[in-house]
Amino acid sequence: MNQTRDSIKDIWGERTPYKGENYPVRIDERTIEEPDHWVQSACVLCSTGCGLDIGVKDGKIVGVRGRGVDISNYGRLGPKGLYGWIANNSPDRLTKPLVRKNGKLVEASWNEAMNLIVEQSKKIIDKQTGLGIGFYTSGQLFIEDYYTLAVIGKAGIGTPHMDGNTRLCTATAAAALKVSFGTDGQPGAYKDIDDTDCIFLVGHNIASQQTVLWMRILDRLAGPNPPKLIVMDPRKTATAEKADVHLDPLPGTNIPVLNGLLNLIIQAGDVNEEYINAHTVGFEELKKTVAQWTPEKVEEISGVSSEKLRMAAHILGKTPTLLSTALQGVYQSMKATAAAVQINNLHLIRGLIGKPGSGIFQMNGQPTSQNTRECGADGDLPGFRNWGNKEHINQLAKLWNVDPDIIPHWAPPTHAMEIWRYAEQGSIKMLWISGTNPAVSLPELSRIRKILEKEDLFVIVQDAFMTETAVYADVVLPAALWGEKTGTFTNITRTVHISHKAVEPPGEAKPDFDIFLDYAKRMGFCDKDGNPLIKWNTPEEAFEAWKECSRGRPCDYTGMSYAKLTGGSGIQWPCNEKHPDGAVHIYTDGMFNTAIEESESYGHDLITGAAHTEKDYKAIDPRGKAFIKPAEYIPPHETPDEEYSLWLTTGRLVYHFHTRTKTGRAKELYDAAPDSYVQVSEEDAAALGIAEGDMIEVASRRGSVTQPARIGGIKKGVVFIPFHYGYWDNPERSRAANELTITEWDAVSKQPHFKYAAVKLSKAKEGVLHKIGEALNMVNDQPQKMEV
Amino acid sequence: MHIGTYIELVQKGQQDSAEAFLLVSAKHAAEPDIKEMCKLLASWSQLLVEKIKPFAEKYSEEKDNEPDRLLKDFFEQNRKGALALLRDLHDLWLMANEANVSAIILRQAAQGLRDKELMQLCDELEKKSERQISWLLTRMKSAAPQVLIAAA
Repeated sequence: MNQTRDSIKDIWGERTPYKGENYPVRIDERTIEEPDHWVQSACVLCSTGCGLDIGVKDGKIVGVRGRGVDISNYGRLGPKGLYGWIANNSPDRLTKPLVRKNGKLVEASWNEAMNLIVEQSKKIIDKQTGLGIGFYTSGQLFIEDYYTLAVIGKAGIGTPHMDGNTRLCTATAAAALKVSFGTDGQPGAYKDIDDTDCIFLVGHNIASQQTVLWMRILDRLAGPNPPKLIVMDPRKTATAEKADVHLDPLPGTNIPVLNGLLNLIIQAGDVNEEYINAHTVGFEELKKTVAQWTPEKVEEISGVSSEKLRMAAHILGKTPTLLSTALQGVYQSMKATAAAVQINNLHLIRGLIGKPGSGIFQMNGQPTSQNTRECGADGDLPGFRNWGNKEHINQLAKLWNVDPDIIPHWAPPTHAMEIWRYAEQGSIKMLWISGTNPAVSLPELSRIRKILEKEDLFVIVQDAFMTETAVYADVVLPAALWGEKTGTFTNITRTVHISHKAVEPPGEAKPDFDIFLDYAKRMGFCDKDGNPLIKWNTPEEAFEAWKECSRGRPCDYTGMSYAKLTGGSGIQWPCNEKHPDGAVHIYTDGMFNTAIEESESYGHDLITGAAHTEKDYKAIDPRGKAFIKPAEYIPPHETPDEEYSLWLTTGRLVYHFHTRTKTGRAKELYDAAPDSYVQVSEEDAAALGIAEGDMIEVASRRGSVTQPARIGGIKKGVVFIPFHYGYWDNPERSRAANELTITEWDAVSKQPHFKYAAVKLSKAKEGVLHKIGEALNMVNDQPQKMEV
Repeated sequence: MHIGTYIELVQKGQQDSAEAFLLVSAKHAAEPDIKEMCKLLASWSQLLVEKIKPFAEKYSEEKDNEPDRLLKDFFEQNRKGALALLRDLHDLWLMANEANVSAIILRQAAQGLRDKELMQLCDELEKKSERQISWLLTRMKSAAPQVLIAAA
């Protein structure tokens, strides 16, 4: 066994202080046996995308170590990366297909399971066309899986009903980038951390979500000329603890705070007029909209003190370079896209974009969610193409050799929440869920369970474990995990990594890629000439096909290959003839992808979400200038009242990922955070007579959960519950945070609103649950009130 | 002058729109986006009704009586099933267009009278109507294939 540090106790490890060039390498490693060989891969347990090698002994994974050569992490790994691989070896992996017979899931052959799926598909298509079939996929598969699935859905079946759980985590990132810059694609690079003078983290608990990026920030903070740190979060997180200014808005008030900051910066004359004139449109409108947001008014609405707002605006207005990030505190909150766009606006009016130290990360939550978007396995078209642009549709039709009318492009593609609604109403009859666990992760779980239980809905679940969702399936397909298949994926900073197959999947489990290929063959999907629609058989061939699809688009992969991605660091797209080694930044010349031929969308009304048309866009075509779009404030639809008097917000813990499908199966991670809880402010706890560890019933209009109380570290009037916990390891107690959340979504990005719901707290009745609370307190001693 | 007639038409149009949006919001509350967006769009029309009031008083003498047609005609039928949402949005779209064209016509007169405040109000009316229409069209376009082809 070799372990360079105990990352459960020492999450971020030793500091390597620095500034500028040459971020020091620090190799993090954890193996339980000496590997007989190492296989190149990258981590899939958050969106950072750390390069790592998988240690293999006797055909089994025995550990991981960071890749010092990789630009994403320079050898570092976080606790999830160092422990999460243990799930691959878990004894409860799914190893055989299951088919529901007489109400029970029983083992079946692949042939039987796939034939049943094909039979159902054909029956539904006959009656309802492809509109009867929906796909709900993940942010954790590979490019090769997504692209294959996208072609099947868009050119085989011809259904617009394809989305991913990326709708829950990164839909707003994509939407906000399209709104401001014309297409998806992250302007910044991790390298910006090395040089920047100021970091602005909005609704982003990076210390917990992206531990390795936080290490890099901590290393800057410990080095010479550290950057200023501004954090916007209602909770006093580990991230907020380090802030120079911590802005703590009430749920739903991001727009007032951001508008207030923009107003102060404009008032102080801290804008770059030259940049604004040369590279943007819409500044005057912004100036007008934010003018009403005085610090006093912002304080009244958001609870953020006017003094702190002024401090933050002063720093943001004067800093010569700026790196901003946004995550779920923005994306899962009221008017998500409009708020995220205000962060882009901040950079545009200061001219701080596309140069060293100045970047924006509209963050992704999942390791491969960028690819769900790029490859078109969500509501987008492959290669950031615009569903409203006929030429873009023709490009795809030509590439796939199909009639353009097969490709569903008559309206915006169906977003996840609408797919579930159609299933609820009965017009979608088959739902294929791959690599995700909606029975824990979607809002208002009682409703989701009812839909999954519907007799007229044929549910396919493709996963590695018997998840809370899989128990409702009609067919369960056992899938290979990371490490058991080869493929590529792209992190937030456009860095593409290859993950080579290290070991065989257990039993009869198959890579997602093989399952989709098998389905396409059995369905007999053909192109115009009667040849098979899917023309590739191996992941590498799929990658080559994807490269062609990306050619000439902003996410150009044509300069990459499996060989080039193997051996060194990940590579940042665009990688093509012009940028053979990739590009650190995009938009370096202040030219954006907003020309009508280039743009991924014709834009939206930020408040209603109404889609603008080609004609609308022609009238304003900014031909390469970025859009500055202001936003009005709209209060959340559900606010605390006399009965439900507190705000609920949800979020993550450092030791877990998603619904703990993998991290809950690594003993050390499980033990580090074995159960959910409800975090309550000192003031609210005192008023309600709640003591640390008391079992508390938290109820909303949609359901209730019982959680042990944890007191402090959160704003008065707000409570927090981590979203990871479901029922596979504890069916006894209602505890999934999403029992309480609301079925609602952002008008533009369609991302659900997880970050606010009105709830009430009461002490749970005496009995067994109390004992659970006491026991948990004993194992789960968190000495600090700090939240990670 | 008949300008009072058009001011009343515009006012009535916004009043009807507000009521109709609220009606659709309540009727289709199971569609979360419809429920909340229609409430918001109703509030826009309601606010405009208030803003028109001073002008209605100012030009109160200059009008004939016009019957109220649309709200009655459109929403009396008790539609059910998957098609109902599409048909109701379709009716809202017609009403919003009626309100929009009334405002465009009124603006011509406001310009002729050089009533700058009325012109400004007409601009706002037109802008808000266009946003309502655009949202309705987007929502109908995305619902149409599913309703017309796949739904029972």
